[in-house]
Amino acid sequence: MSAVTSPVARTWAALTTGRGRTALGFAVAALALFVVAPATLSDFRLNLLAKFLCLAMVAVGIGLAWGQGGMLTLGQGVFFGLGGYAMAMHLKLADAGPGGVPDFMLLYGDGVVPGWWEPFRSPVFTLVMVVALPVLVATLLGLAVFTRRVRGAYFAILSQVLAAAFAILLVGQQKVTGGTNGLNGFRSFFGYDLNDPVNKRMLYFIAAGVLLAMVLLVRALMRSRFGELLVAVRDQENRVRFLGYDPAIVKVVAYAVAAAFAGIGGALFVPIVGIISPADVGVVPSIGFLVGVAIGGRATLLGPVLGAIGVAWAQTTLSESFPSAWTYAQGALFIVVVAFLPGGIASLGHLWRRRRGRPDAHQTASPAPQVGLDPGATGAVVDPRPTGPRDPATVGRTS
Amino acid sequence: MSAGWGRRRPGPDVSPKGTPLTTSRTRTFAFTAAALAASLGLAACGARTDAEAPPASAAVDSCVDTSGDTVKIGFLNSLSGTMAISEQTVRDALDLAAEEINADGGVLGKQLQIVAEDGASEPTIFAEKAEKLIVSDCVAAVFGGWTSSSRKAMLPVFESNNALLFYPVQYEGLEASPNIYYSGATTNQQIVPGMDYLREQGATSIFLVGSDYVFPRTANRIINAYAEAHGIEVVGEEYAPLGHTDFSTIVNKLQASGADAVFNTLNGDSNVAFFKEYTNVGMGPDDVPVLSVSIAEEEIGGIGVENIEGQLTAWNYYQTVESDTNAAFVEAFKAKYGEDRVTSDPMEAAYTSLYLWKGMVEAADSFDVDAVNAASDGVTFDAPEGTVTVNGDNHHLAKTALVGEIGADGLIHVVWSSDGPIEPDPFLEGYDWAEGLS
Repeated sequence: MSAVTSPVARTWAALTTGRGRTALGFAVAALALFVVAPATLSDFRLNLLAKFLCLAMVAVGIGLAWGQGGMLTLGQGVFFGLGGYAMAMHLKLADAGPGGVPDFMLLYGDGVVPGWWEPFRSPVFTLVMVVALPVLVATLLGLAVFTRRVRGAYFAILSQVLAAAFAILLVGQQKVTGGTNGLNGFRSFFGYDLNDPVNKRMLYFIAAGVLLAMVLLVRALMRSRFGELLVAVRDQENRVRFLGYDPAIVKVVAYAVAAAFAGIGGALFVPIVGIISPADVGVVPSIGFLVGVAIGGRATLLGPVLGAIGVAWAQTTLSESFPSAWTYAQGALFIVVVAFLPGGIASLGHLWRRRRGRPDAHQTASPAPQVGLDPGATGAVVDPRPTGPRDPATVGRTS
Repeated sequence: MSAGWGRRRPGPDVSPKGTPLTTSRTRTFAFTAAALAASLGLAACGARTDAEAPPASAAVDSCVDTSGDTVKIGFLNSLSGTMAISEQTVRDALDLAAEEINADGGVLGKQLQIVAEDGASEPTIFAEKAEKLIVSDCVAAVFGGWTSSSRKAMLPVFESNNALLFYPVQYEGLEASPNIYYSGATTNQQIVPGMDYLREQGATSIFLVGSDYVFPRTANRIINAYAEAHGIEVVGEEYAPLGHTDFSTIVNKLQASGADAVFNTLNGDSNVAFFKEYTNVGMGPDDVPVLSVSIAEEEIGGIGVENIEGQLTAWNYYQTVESDTNAAFVEAFKAKYGEDRVTSDPMEAAYTSLYLWKGMVEAADSFDVDAVNAASDGVTFDAPEGTVTVNGDNHHLAKTALVGEIGADGLIHVVWSSDGPIEPDPFLEGYDWAEGLS
């Protein structure tokens, strides 16, 4: 116990408290994203990381809607696609020049830019639409669904069907959407040459900055009254209703925020990857978004981010060494996590502390000299949280 | 940070030394501001497109290493996902060609070292892996791709890095990139001859059925223009989503339309369902023949010979093509992969593409992309399908068109052949009726 009195240990203790740990996590993440990665990765790998960061943006939103709000969003590809296609339309029009026609419309269509494409010539309109379109769709869908108290699997199926329908619509309207080819071959991003490695790095830094801002926003939301209400709605929707709140509104807001994040992720994905096609917005990618979140730990702040980046990274590196093995590895990992670690990998530390009989770090922050005397008993007494609905393990079932 | 949410600590935060920590909100703001400032700071540099800049290709330095006694090339095919079943056969043919070339002394005395990648049937993965092969593995050329979307996704990558792609599948035309060699047929070597054949057989009305993606839709635009110019009536044009298996509606429409023939651009599994339904309602190759452009030897087994015997296909190669080079190719392929395997047009085109690259490199006496491009015009290869010649202007091949009939043995037998190789015309500039298509 003498070590506790030394300044180093006291700082360490402060850093391992809930809030301190989060700050430390951000500092490490910011250092890794802004200093370590650009210094150590080649341009190609850095661009890959930028792509993963875009996927992580979607994951942050899913963490909020699913992890905190209990809404199993199986159709985030729609919002990713809305943001992505909005950006891609602007880039195609910008490449074509003022009054010009995008190349694919000359090939597959009648060479006339449809009226609803025209506003996307404006960069400002595009940037607004990247956020507004997903939010609008999510709000309309959310209001229609949540006010009727549609929940759980029904909501999940609805959102997934929306993703499937969106992809089919894009494929069918080849003359105006590029069909299965999607939109690609962008040369510039708001006037900056996309072939220039310096501009590629710029995009990486933008993606990293946006992702960090999103994580901070979600953290602020989680710590606000809204965040408490959202968790309450997840765990006991009826009780919240009896207390005079409208759970539908709470859920719609969380769903719309998740949609906005997905839209922004899609919009940045387009210049970074250089293509958006129906294969990036349909059912399979929508489930792919979810896998990373589930593996990382949906109910935590950084779990979805690390899960999404980790899964994408593993997919790329594994498929480079064992081409067809990745699909099986991903499936196996998903099954293992769902079956044995429902809280995701982020819950490992929590589980480990429990096994050791130590209470959560929150409690160790306050001087609790009894720790260590009788680990089992202390752990059970000090940890006051009910193991029921608050345990991430049961989130899926209660939603 | 598990369960960090929703829990507020009373009172201000106090650090161990007693100084108050900044509040969460201030920190949040500072963090965001710092992140955005960093982003914007970096945004200030980099070339703008409106600035005077040299073309991208000139600025790219190739990292291909030709100093040793090996040279790297990349094979990029889908080994997972829906396209794996087709693209694996192309990979097999490429492996065979590489093995033969290495056994024969390599290219310019250098052994080929294969870097294999999986495109996973997704355009974005194709683009990512293509870039990896070019800038990370530094391969001299990449061979692969199948779907139009995979090629369209890779095209900007190859152009911006000034690298080479050899694309082995017949496609919808209307494209010619200086960084891609198209070793499959373009439209005037497959679709147009196919229509010529149907017209010669006396068809005056046709029904179009296809999968809903770029190739069928573009092919059908061309067919519509052709039909209009040649007095053929298009009595129906139907699309089914990829993987669609319920064709009762489409086949009913086909039956009611009274069409003389069907032009089929369906892909994959849909063909099984379509031909079963077609047979069920009592139609057959004698009254309403179906000419398919995406069914090769590989697919016949899956569809079932009994459902498709006597139907027509249009390609540039069949396993039954009679020549010594083809006999040797088929024998080598079966020896390597098994007696039950068949060879098809895309496999042959992929096999040919590796030899053509070898021919171009040897003609240029260099692996450099610009040198290879400069030397490519007129390079020929005595391919299993017959002699093919590279067109240096549009990077396609002069190929012979073959219409075949599916036999009871599950192979396709030639019933019509063009008069020698047809010069590639991807934009159909030599056809008056095709004006306005591109």
